[in-house]
Amino acid sequence: MKPRMTIGMAIVLALLAAFAIAAIAAPLLAPFDPLRQSLLLRLKPPGSLLGGRSFLLGTDDLGRDLLSRVLFGARASLLVAVVAVVLSLVVGTTLGLLAGWLRGWVATVVMRLVDTMLSIPAILLAVLTVAVLGPGLLNLVVVLGLTRWPRYTRVAYAQTLQVAELPYIRAAEMAGCGTARVMWRHILPNIAGPLMVVATSEFGLMILFEAGLSFLGLGIQPPYPSWGSIMAGGRQYIERAWWLTVFPGACLFAVVFCINVAGDWLRDQVDPRAASR
Amino acid sequence: MSQVLAIENLSLSIAGARVVDGVSLSVAAGEVMAIVGESGCGKSLTAAAVMRLLPPAVRQEAGSIRLAGVDIARLRESEVRGLRGRRMSMIFQEPQAALDPLSTVGTHIAQSLRQPLHRVRAEVLRMLDEVGISDPARRIDQHPFELSGGMCQRVMIASALIGRPELLLADEPTTALDVTIQAQILDLLRKLARERGTAIVLITHDMGVVADIADRVAVMYAGRIAETGPVDALFAAPRHPYTALLLASIPRLTDVPKSVLAVIPGRVPGAAEFGPGCRFAGRCPLTEPRCEAEPPPLAPIGDGRATACWRWEQMV
Repeated sequence: MKPRMTIGMAIVLALLAAFAIAAIAAPLLAPFDPLRQSLLLRLKPPGSLLGGRSFLLGTDDLGRDLLSRVLFGARASLLVAVVAVVLSLVVGTTLGLLAGWLRGWVATVVMRLVDTMLSIPAILLAVLTVAVLGPGLLNLVVVLGLTRWPRYTRVAYAQTLQVAELPYIRAAEMAGCGTARVMWRHILPNIAGPLMVVATSEFGLMILFEAGLSFLGLGIQPPYPSWGSIMAGGRQYIERAWWLTVFPGACLFAVVFCINVAGDWLRDQVDPRAASR
Repeated sequence: MSQVLAIENLSLSIAGARVVDGVSLSVAAGEVMAIVGESGCGKSLTAAAVMRLLPPAVRQEAGSIRLAGVDIARLRESEVRGLRGRRMSMIFQEPQAALDPLSTVGTHIAQSLRQPLHRVRAEVLRMLDEVGISDPARRIDQHPFELSGGMCQRVMIASALIGRPELLLADEPTTALDVTIQAQILDLLRKLARERGTAIVLITHDMGVVADIADRVAVMYAGRIAETGPVDALFAAPRHPYTALLLASIPRLTDVPKSVLAVIPGRVPGAAEFGPGCRFAGRCPLTEPRCEAEPPPLAPIGDGRATACWRWEQMV
């Protein structure tokens, strides 16, 4: 018995799917080249019809079509968030699992490293890393992946310590399972729920981080769009051109909100005990 | 009869205290050997030593554990792992907690065979049927939370026996179950032991379970074996004061209603309080000065029986 799919959940999942499709198919869906400027078309409001062309979401300060830029921006934002979350989830979970299972000096080294990472301001670390590696999409992902793993490690470590003491783990060892199998088949699935919750909350944060770093000039480089950089660029025109911040902001909000709702739902899906309640 | 398991002079210590001291026992194929004793007397540690899964704080000081003649302590870790589930298995007290809540019944059992379920599905279904689970085709894909405690224990038994091990360690397998299910599980264990020639070491504190299923019994007290022998003879005429008092403390239906339950005065000494002599001396009605000074060895007294008491002859 899986939990019933409610209408609300269906809408949330449909919205997420729509954003994913928009990001993947941006080149097909975008009406214009997101980089083409025209000073004659500066800051036109949404729905403008000019010279036989319609600008559904208006144009920005350089006369670029906002709809096209938001679509391509979804690409950058979601790609960065997905890759960064996956990267930090894999790194963080692996370290936490190993520390929790092996304990001893491994746990000491890993957990002190976590404490060290958590005591350095993330933005500062990101600035430092970008200063060394140089800005850009790939480096942004690497920076986020390498700075955001400690939360997963904390959770994975605590959960592993708890699960490792349970009789079924001992039973698995008694049945002759090796360390790798016990960790992969018995501990990992049983700590996946809390990790999933961390991952979804991190996903929203990653989108916001990307926006913040792009705003600081450390992420996506102009003229390429991301939701964060579009909003940052629109900030100074907010009195005259509200659409420049509202539309990417609304997308950001919608995605992060849907992700968080979907995360709760997903957690119930992976836990058969929750499903029976 | 060949010995499947032979433990000789096993001593385990925690922080220098000998919590298991010079335990020797053996089990033959198809035989059920019960280890009885109070909580903390070393029964479960002995079993963990056989599986070589002792908690990190426990050290094996002396003795040997031989499975079909091979000393387990001398094997490499990978070799011991190969034995677990295949040549020796274990089942536990709380079957529902001993099954991974996220594995299905089928994958759990298949794990003992080191095979993916789809390759051994028929074999697993046969095994489920053999341990008395009705509708195996439906149960094989269910999760532990969908099963009752008795059924979970049957699943545990199935996964313990599917590899056809020579030795099954059962650590209080029926303690968490209600009495009717308890009897069914015991019958099942005895039946499978007979049919497959599996040697069973049954750890329990329940004398009723021992009388029900075991062929031989070893009574443990504070890390040592107090008395051992065939169940019927030992129950009929105990030759160690501890056994006698344990048996006397079982309430009977023929007791006068509301009569005071018989108890053994005092309590089991802690590991730090062990004296040089017999560990039961402080609570024993037959204690003499020699008992306090010198530990009685487990000496044979005929008919396959042995007792660790200086004064057993006074009990005849």
